[in-house]
Amino acid sequence: MSGVRGSIWRQVPLLIWLVVLWLFLWDQVSVLSIVTGLVLALLITRVFYLPPVELPDRIHPLGLVVFIGHFVFDLVRASFQVAWLAVDPRRVPTSSIVAVQLSTKSDLSLTLTALAVSLVPGSLIVEADRQDDILYLHVLGTETADDVEKARANVIAVEERIVRAIGSRDDVRRVNMSRAERSLGPIVSGRRQRAWEERHPVIPVEQYPSEGGYPE
Amino acid sequence: MTVDEWFELAASVCLLIGALLSLAAGVGLLRFPDALSRMHAATKPQIAGLAFILLAVGLDQRNWATVSTLFLVMLFQMLTAPVAAHMIGRAVYRTRHLRRELLLTDELADVVDRASHDLATDPANRPE
Repeated sequence: MSGVRGSIWRQVPLLIWLVVLWLFLWDQVSVLSIVTGLVLALLITRVFYLPPVELPDRIHPLGLVVFIGHFVFDLVRASFQVAWLAVDPRRVPTSSIVAVQLSTKSDLSLTLTALAVSLVPGSLIVEADRQDDILYLHVLGTETADDVEKARANVIAVEERIVRAIGSRDDVRRVNMSRAERSLGPIVSGRRQRAWEERHPVIPVEQYPSEGGYPE
Repeated sequence: MTVDEWFELAASVCLLIGALLSLAAGVGLLRFPDALSRMHAATKPQIAGLAFILLAVGLDQRNWATVSTLFLVMLFQMLTAPVAAHMIGRAVYRTRHLRRELLLTDELADVVDRASHDLATDPANRPE
């Protein structure tokens, strides 16, 4: 029973979002538009059923602002860089295919990182290895091995910003552990994070379920 | 200058920037050497180019009905463009429509080779 109820509660954010989408399309908030929106949302989620996404168990508003600000800045800057590469008469850019090992083990973080990296010009996801959490990117304009490392570090920085904003507790711990190996400080080290870590032991990579996320 | 004129000026500037980015995307499509590089030109400046053009429309119209629709246009463009780019990029790589001599490094080659080798050989006499 609890499984069924759990799946309904998990769909509530999706339903609300679909109704808001409907209101945006109609450009008006009225009883009729809300009711038709609800009916359509229920119909759509029944007919085109998708497995519910594991939503994060924490959210950091400031982290979200930092991530979005950084993202918009990167997007605009990189757009002009790629535009310049396209018209620069002196040379044709050299590219690379770079493998980036991510530290998180959740679908949402992997997807958001891939989306954010993919939207910024100059990097394109060629392959995503969900099992081992590796993203393979085609990076435009890498003239030296230094540029390749810079591209790799950039993807990891994007992942860290996303995890700081809306990563789950387990994502945060995995990112903190990977940063500790590079002798960097943790991204989140609050009281609630420490309490969660005490209750949930670190588990090896192989023990994560194939659908992702920390096993409950 | 009145407030309306300032808005009009900002809208014109955004429209110009968006148009220039889209032009650069077209030039890139012609000039870049292989399919994967062209994907960058075809999909990416579009995002910023479209954002500037939508911003211009929003600055020109300045009412919620338009802005909410523009927001949806941008959102779905941002959600779908990477997926399309990924599917094409993946197909390009697997069908070897890329010029390897133009790559500085290819860290995916070994993985793909191993995977296709595993598939090609009979699982029974696979090494290891």
